[in-house]
Amino acid sequence: MIQIFGIPSQALFGQLLLGLINGSFYALLSLGLAVIFGMLNIINFTHGAQYMMGAFCAFLLLKYLGINYWAALVIVPIVIGILGILIERLFLRHVRKLDHLYGLILTFGLALIIEGLFRNYYGSSGQPYSPPPELTGGHNLGFMFLPNYRAWVIGFSLAVCLATWFAIERTRLGSYLRAATENPALVRAFGINVPRMVTLTYGFGVGLAALAGVMAAPIYNVSPQMGSDLIIVVFAVVVIGGMGSIMGAIVTGFMLGIVEGLTKVFFPEASNTVIFAIMIVVLLARPAGLFGRAA
Amino acid sequence: MKLLGSLAFAAAALLGTAAQADDIAVKIGVLTDFSGLYTDDTGLGSLAAAKLAVQDFNPAAHGMKVEIISADHQNKPDLGSSIARQWFDVDHVDAIVDVPTSSVALAVSEVVREKNKVLLVSGAAISDLTGPKCSPNTVHWTYDTWMLANSTGKSIVKTGGDTWFFLTADYAFGHALARDTAAVVTANGGRVLGEVAHPLSTQDFSSYLLQAQSSKAKIIGLANAGGDTINAIKQGAEFGIQAGGQHFAALLFYVADVQALGLKAAQGLVLTETFYWDMNDGTRAWAKRWQEDRQGRFPNMNQAGVYGATLHYLKAVAALKSAADGRAAVAKMKELPTDDPLFGKGYIRIDGRKIHPAYLFEVKAPEESKYPGDLYKLRATIPAEEAFRPLKDGNCPLVTN
Repeated sequence: MIQIFGIPSQALFGQLLLGLINGSFYALLSLGLAVIFGMLNIINFTHGAQYMMGAFCAFLLLKYLGINYWAALVIVPIVIGILGILIERLFLRHVRKLDHLYGLILTFGLALIIEGLFRNYYGSSGQPYSPPPELTGGHNLGFMFLPNYRAWVIGFSLAVCLATWFAIERTRLGSYLRAATENPALVRAFGINVPRMVTLTYGFGVGLAALAGVMAAPIYNVSPQMGSDLIIVVFAVVVIGGMGSIMGAIVTGFMLGIVEGLTKVFFPEASNTVIFAIMIVVLLARPAGLFGRAA
Repeated sequence: MKLLGSLAFAAAALLGTAAQADDIAVKIGVLTDFSGLYTDDTGLGSLAAAKLAVQDFNPAAHGMKVEIISADHQNKPDLGSSIARQWFDVDHVDAIVDVPTSSVALAVSEVVREKNKVLLVSGAAISDLTGPKCSPNTVHWTYDTWMLANSTGKSIVKTGGDTWFFLTADYAFGHALARDTAAVVTANGGRVLGEVAHPLSTQDFSSYLLQAQSSKAKIIGLANAGGDTINAIKQGAEFGIQAGGQHFAALLFYVADVQALGLKAAQGLVLTETFYWDMNDGTRAWAKRWQEDRQGRFPNMNQAGVYGATLHYLKAVAALKSAADGRAAVAKMKELPTDDPLFGKGYIRIDGRKIHPAYLFEVKAPEESKYPGDLYKLRATIPAEEAFRPLKDGNCPLVTN
């Protein structure tokens, strides 16, 4: 068997694919963050909590209303997105014009409160959630066993990421949004309701986090701290990709998933630090991030 | 320095006599995880158990006044030891109980020894607490890594699971558990094919599971706990681990973990605890009282251990009529035989190890579970004398000296 760095090449392919799957969660979450930062200039630290609420919302819908995974995939992002809109209306719009730090501290505090509330009601051990019956089982690809659900995760998140990129970079609505970020006063002069657009954008970013949460529920433990475990890594992804860069967030998300996957083979103990090591190197070489435009 | 020491001693003696004049005041600190991944297995449940112990002890009848305080160590050793220092120096705490997370327990144990107070460990697992790191101020009550390995590990090897691959949480507890289990596996004729250490609180286990899968080991030993174990088993089902003929050994698993995983995914798992709420009338009655504080949940061995250890400590203090000298209190605890409704009769060894039976349970299938919390069936009882590491094998300096 061909070996690469002492690892059979087949095992390596398996790990690459797994890295790509994890990368799709990073991509989906960092995309939401990048959209919110790019359009609202808010560093949304509640993102992890909103991802966790997405997973919990899917669990609650199934438990109390018998609503299955597929319906949850549509309902949950809307419900959590509306909650996000409430947060924007009540809190965020008041700090938007201030220094980034205020928004950061506000959203961080909100994240702690939300997590604490969930821990109080549901404890820390987590809740059960099974994959949809249509997607159980898997295929033997020769070099690894690929569960159907993971294949779905990678395909679906890629589609969502690309659709979002297209909507923001290539459509008329997206161009309004980008213009409103550059010069809100001028865009308003053209008769476009900028505050409403900003609110809806935040709702959309939060919806993306909730969508990632629903997709995570069948494979990760649905627990109140699931978001805070992930959010720090996702922030590193956004910083590496370049704050506010849509394409940067997507590409970096998938790329770092692969790097992390490989670390898990060669030096597993470092798998939760490797991303930060990369972040340091990138910030030294390119302070604006890999895809960011220098200010 | 010497002068300071003797001054402090004189002051302590004076204070001691002053306290004896009226009630003996005892302050117990529950130092545990209130916010992290071990909250459900310890946390508020441990605090509730400590309060029940004080209630059952009835301090007024012994001319004592007992106060319980608590703090969250967030599973960080530095935070745990600084809380302990503050408790001893500022708040005049006499004993600390629970302390889940082995790395924190080891750190706090050093502080307790230095200040001559008492540490009653329930939630932490590392067997070194009664081995090389044993202390005349520490009692390790509920369970340890050696006992888990000896019970769960041995029974699995004996029933044919003779090749192992470990998924180990990369800190003191995980390494101790993997080490103790590997020793049991090889001693019983099995082989360890490999091990991979993962960071604490890992979300995605697929990479590690794939490595375990390609090792072709019959048993994948999970030397981790809480959310890590749940994630590994949940994702194992997805990757067809069980379907491929491999089995998980959850070396540390609790009632709350079974509920989080759901019986469908957890059924058939073999695990060891020293307490199960549904064992007998005594445990059921206690669980019912505990549930007044923790509605809808079920106590596990950590929480039961907090109760047992606190109750026994208070008995020792009552016998001594003082809580000032931690070493004397622990010596008294070792001298008195233990007896409570949860662990039955037992004793504490010279190395600080509490001795009681251990129980090997199997998780029920969904159709076998008749009422909420009906989760385990008993497979075997390991008698008290065999459940824990023999005194001579522990390398505890208290034993050799």
